[in-house]
Amino acid sequence: MAQLAKDYDSVMGRSNEIMKEALGLDYTPFESGSVAFDYEALMKATNYTLDEINRIQSRTGVGNTPLLELRNITAFARKYAKPGYGARIFVKDEAANASGSFKDRRAACAVAHAKKLGYKGVVAATSGNYGAAVASQAAMHGLDCIIVQECYDSKGVGQPEIVEKARKCEAFGAEVIQLTVGPELFYTTLSVLEDTGYFNASLYSPYGIAGIETLGYEIAMQCREKIGKDPDVVVCTNAGGGMVTGTARGLIKAGCKDTKVIAASIDLTGLSMASDIDFNRKSCTTGHTGFGVPYATDPDHSDVPRSAARPLRYMDEYVTTTQGEVMYMTEMLANLEGLERGPAGNTALACAFSLAQELPEDAILVVSETEYTGAGKHIQPQLAFAKENGIDVRFGNPQEEDKPGQNVILPKDPSFIKHKVADLKHFKQSRIKKAVKKAGCEPNEADLVYLAEEVKEDVAFVKETLGL
Amino acid sequence: MAKKGDWVRIHNIVLKSEQRTGKLPEDTKAADLQMWTKGFLQEESAEIGDEVTVKTACGRLEKGTLYEENPHYTHSYGEFVPEIIEIDRQLREILHGGEN
Repeated sequence: MAQLAKDYDSVMGRSNEIMKEALGLDYTPFESGSVAFDYEALMKATNYTLDEINRIQSRTGVGNTPLLELRNITAFARKYAKPGYGARIFVKDEAANASGSFKDRRAACAVAHAKKLGYKGVVAATSGNYGAAVASQAAMHGLDCIIVQECYDSKGVGQPEIVEKARKCEAFGAEVIQLTVGPELFYTTLSVLEDTGYFNASLYSPYGIAGIETLGYEIAMQCREKIGKDPDVVVCTNAGGGMVTGTARGLIKAGCKDTKVIAASIDLTGLSMASDIDFNRKSCTTGHTGFGVPYATDPDHSDVPRSAARPLRYMDEYVTTTQGEVMYMTEMLANLEGLERGPAGNTALACAFSLAQELPEDAILVVSETEYTGAGKHIQPQLAFAKENGIDVRFGNPQEEDKPGQNVILPKDPSFIKHKVADLKHFKQSRIKKAVKKAGCEPNEADLVYLAEEVKEDVAFVKETLGL
Repeated sequence: MAKKGDWVRIHNIVLKSEQRTGKLPEDTKAADLQMWTKGFLQEESAEIGDEVTVKTACGRLEKGTLYEENPHYTHSYGEFVPEIIEIDRQLREILHGGEN
């Protein structure tokens, strides 16, 4: 067989066929030809019921994690709330999953599916916990695993948190390909998929997202068992949108009709995610708006034709916090609750601390995850690394002084931990406009209904946004 | 000097700066896209900087410049950060009824 040309343009030109081979799934039947695509048909194409996913996960040490009540943090939050306020805060201890994060749920389903289809190995492009999750699952299923990471700046300085994630992948026997900053990581990933014929265990495939539904379902069931009622609010850290999407879908499947889903991200406005210089000026490598906003408003720019993570379909509110507040809350979780977790996974917890203060005492607020902590992936090395990079680390008022990339403002005291409400309407309008622009055609009636579903609004909202 | 079969780390330029795609910030565009990976050295022997081939954990053959022999991790819990001790002290003070 003739050797295929492996230069950038040649490989990217074969992107569609490489992806189709590597996903074992053809996305074309879900397309309408105009703006809309059939999202629910894509999700159904996994052919796994929630029960089956639960069984797959149970076999590999995934799921059924403890729901822990954070009594001391709740008592702390009440010190800063008006009388009668301060919801009970619970956290789903997802660090108890096999590789230490909720990403095991995503990986379990994807890797089991790869095994079923007969692939010899799996590939994932990720700098986060997902790499370790795929590597761990691949180890259990006896599959090869390659993780492609964006890890270093052009001087070869690695982000400590990402270096730690590479170590963990290697601990599970995976090969780790580490790259400097840039979206051409996709080229390397495609090239490896083509050379190996392995399965693309994309974060954004329907298998991955279906795997998270068990998390929302468990939250509902555990709340009913422990407290005798559904959660009032579930707060999810939001980056690529999978956590919000999967958790909300699981809650819906459990019949939680009145549970509000709140997305939470660290506000990193002003830092470019594709910038070589900005890369090591971040102190949290995920859970931030640098991923959260672009993936919410344009989900289909990932490594699959259509992302199964579509958070604007599910979130009721979008709130933000700052790096310093997340660091402080991470230390609070360790000091007051005896749980050393995070740091980036505590983004939702930081928001939950002040969100709880706006809810009555009998309300139930659940934070959907924790994550494992370790060398590099911990507030001490992150803050030390920030200082080495000239970032000003000090106590102050994060609401007024936070400047991502220039400082990390630790709250002067817990009363300065305050979430900000992001302009969700603006993101929804942006999503609608981007979808129409990408399709390059006038939306028809079915498209308007689709766009309304995309942003959890009605057709009138879509029409108003588009000036129709 | 690394010998055949040694576990080593290699470095590669995936794209030179002039080959990088258009939609990048200037600082990123000015830099090459670099890659590192690890594997078993295939040559009889090699020095740092030599062009070599390695067999990776998955059995792929990958070419590059020999970057590190016996590669090991150096990430850690970092230097002392006094602010963390201050957070701990403050939390304990509030917990024991110091404030509010």
